[in-house]
Amino acid sequence: MTDPTSNTPEDGVDGTDGTDAPALPATERGAGTPNDTTFRASAHEAESSGHPDTPQSPPISRDQYLKVGPDGEPIGLSAETFEGHQELTRRSTTDPGELRREVGAVLRLPEGVVIDPANIDVEQSDDNTMIINMGPQHPSTHGVLRLMFELDGETVLRTKPVIGYLHTGMEKTAEELTYVQGSTNVTRMDYLSPLHNELVLSLAVEALLGIELPARADWIRMLMTELNRVSSHLMWMATNGMDLGSTSMMIYGFREREMVLAFFEKTTGLRMNHNFIRPGGTAADLPDGWEDDVTIICDTVLPRTDEYDELLTGQPLFRQRTESIGRLSAEEALALSLTGPILRSTGVPWDLRRSMPYLHYDQVDFDVIVGTYGDNFDRYSVRLNEIRESIRIIRQIVEKMPAGDYRVQDKKVTPPPRARIDESMEALIHHFKVFTEGFKVPEGEVYVAIESPRGELGCYLVSDGSSKPYRMHIRGPSFVNLQALPVMMRGGLLADAVSVCSSVDPVMGEVDR
Amino acid sequence: MTGAAEATSVDPATSVDPVIPVTPVIPVTPVAPVEGPAGTAGLSDSGGGSSRSPGRPVQEIVFPTREQYLSVVQGYRDDGFEMCIDLCGVDYLTHFNRHLPDGVPPERFEVVVNLLSLSTARRVRLRVQLPESHLEVASIFDVYPGVEAMEREAFDMFGIIFAGHPDLTRILMPEDWEGHPLRKDYGVGRVPVQFKGAPGPR
Repeated sequence: MTDPTSNTPEDGVDGTDGTDAPALPATERGAGTPNDTTFRASAHEAESSGHPDTPQSPPISRDQYLKVGPDGEPIGLSAETFEGHQELTRRSTTDPGELRREVGAVLRLPEGVVIDPANIDVEQSDDNTMIINMGPQHPSTHGVLRLMFELDGETVLRTKPVIGYLHTGMEKTAEELTYVQGSTNVTRMDYLSPLHNELVLSLAVEALLGIELPARADWIRMLMTELNRVSSHLMWMATNGMDLGSTSMMIYGFREREMVLAFFEKTTGLRMNHNFIRPGGTAADLPDGWEDDVTIICDTVLPRTDEYDELLTGQPLFRQRTESIGRLSAEEALALSLTGPILRSTGVPWDLRRSMPYLHYDQVDFDVIVGTYGDNFDRYSVRLNEIRESIRIIRQIVEKMPAGDYRVQDKKVTPPPRARIDESMEALIHHFKVFTEGFKVPEGEVYVAIESPRGELGCYLVSDGSSKPYRMHIRGPSFVNLQALPVMMRGGLLADAVSVCSSVDPVMGEVDR
Repeated sequence: MTGAAEATSVDPATSVDPVIPVTPVIPVTPVAPVEGPAGTAGLSDSGGGSSRSPGRPVQEIVFPTREQYLSVVQGYRDDGFEMCIDLCGVDYLTHFNRHLPDGVPPERFEVVVNLLSLSTARRVRLRVQLPESHLEVASIFDVYPGVEAMEREAFDMFGIIFAGHPDLTRILMPEDWEGHPLRKDYGVGRVPVQFKGAPGPR
């Protein structure tokens, strides 16, 4: 595997180095009289010193800011702010750690290059490049993602994704909720594939409980998560189309997704945030006539994917904006821990449904879609074909759906049926206990992972034997996949940044959690 | 037990070149629990349940010390664990006496790392004990660059210092935030519900 840190620091600021004569050491540049304007503690300071003692802005002379050493050289700035005394050191004496933080860290270097502070030209480094923010409110960032670009002209040099704007402490909240309440919490993380979130938590809890589900519960879960994969990928097709200027694709994607959501509403009661898959099974059985509904969805969406194919795949404009844009090698993808369609687009056939099957994915027939070049077009093709594969799986699930119970008949985990509450006091008490106290989960810790539409969705669950998780950590695929942005965007055009960001398919609810 | 040489002795039979498999990887018969690298305590499947479905892979868990950590991770990397899939912290302040194998003294904090081998479809989990007084561990950024965001998150949420990380700053919380929210002694804020005559905020 190639070493992803093999790029030299000089590569990191390519386009700025070499275009200027080597800057003088800052100490020499700063030498001279205290009035020399080369001392640039801040742009404001340098500007104000250019127009000294104009009648309009006199009262503070520059010497009041400058502290001058015994040799007449400025050694720093001091100024009173409303927060008190503030001392600024001169740029050339800035601590290397601080410099690295400013230059290398504020803007992430691609491929994780660690920069050498000695190579940072404090005077010149920012002169020929421009730093531009995209987001956090930009419509193309799919939520509150902020991207900081360092641009040379229109070419993106470095990118830093800044996240956290949607952080609501859901992992902390999970420690305050019982296992029964837990799925209401996690379902709000990745709001485009809520059922996958519920599934991974439920699988983790069940692993700790050591309970075995009835087959029908597992197959219902498979049906719902595959439908959710279809709706999530359709949503991606829609937003990706919109990002690339194809408004009709946006409408089409939402139109087909609506069919899936209508089925979800019929089954779970809600279009999103279902709280349907719960520890111990599902909340309800499938509604009567679900086979017909699902078959209609399959029969509609599958031919429509051919229409999308016709609309986008062969279209020259679309191909120009996706082909060989945002390329990524398999080695880079593995080193950056990327999973899901991004990893598969680089040619790595890794799909947890196939490689480490959960539920009953070993009993259904489907293909793992892989790309070749790892560019935007491959990621598009992977997702489009995964819709088809999911529909193939769904058709098999409709055939194979076993009869039986949809939740485990374990009185500790499963509340009594609603009808029993009306006739039995014990059932009422039992129901009350399950939903107020919850059930206790044996001490232990477990990591469970499933394949969400965005990649490996993992749940690390620690139980201390009580009815609430001691620690619940969700490994969000979007959170990790965002690390690919600096690599994908490097050297590309700013206009393609929108396309690249879209092809990662981040869901900020899951990134920030 | 010096780490680097010993750490590669996970299971010679499964040590393969980290070549990407060209055919889809066929799953996974549950692997036999293996001992961790020499000098580290190994444990298999501490996840509480007694009955397991056959399709559920056994979870390998290894307990390296802080000093062994980096070399053990490097050893697993050389053994074909291509990906560091997850890294997170746990604060065991109120659950200090958890089940740990003999020879692993419990400490307040743990760093939990999940590694994944694509070629053999295996997972291994590393749990590093860190005392509150010296909350620092080597960064594995140089081995797996993908942990960059994860280590920042663990730092942000628990205050664990990852020595050698290129940019150990807050990632989810605001830069000027005080405290580390996922610690167990971090107060959970409550908004008091206002009723007439209700007592004041708790």
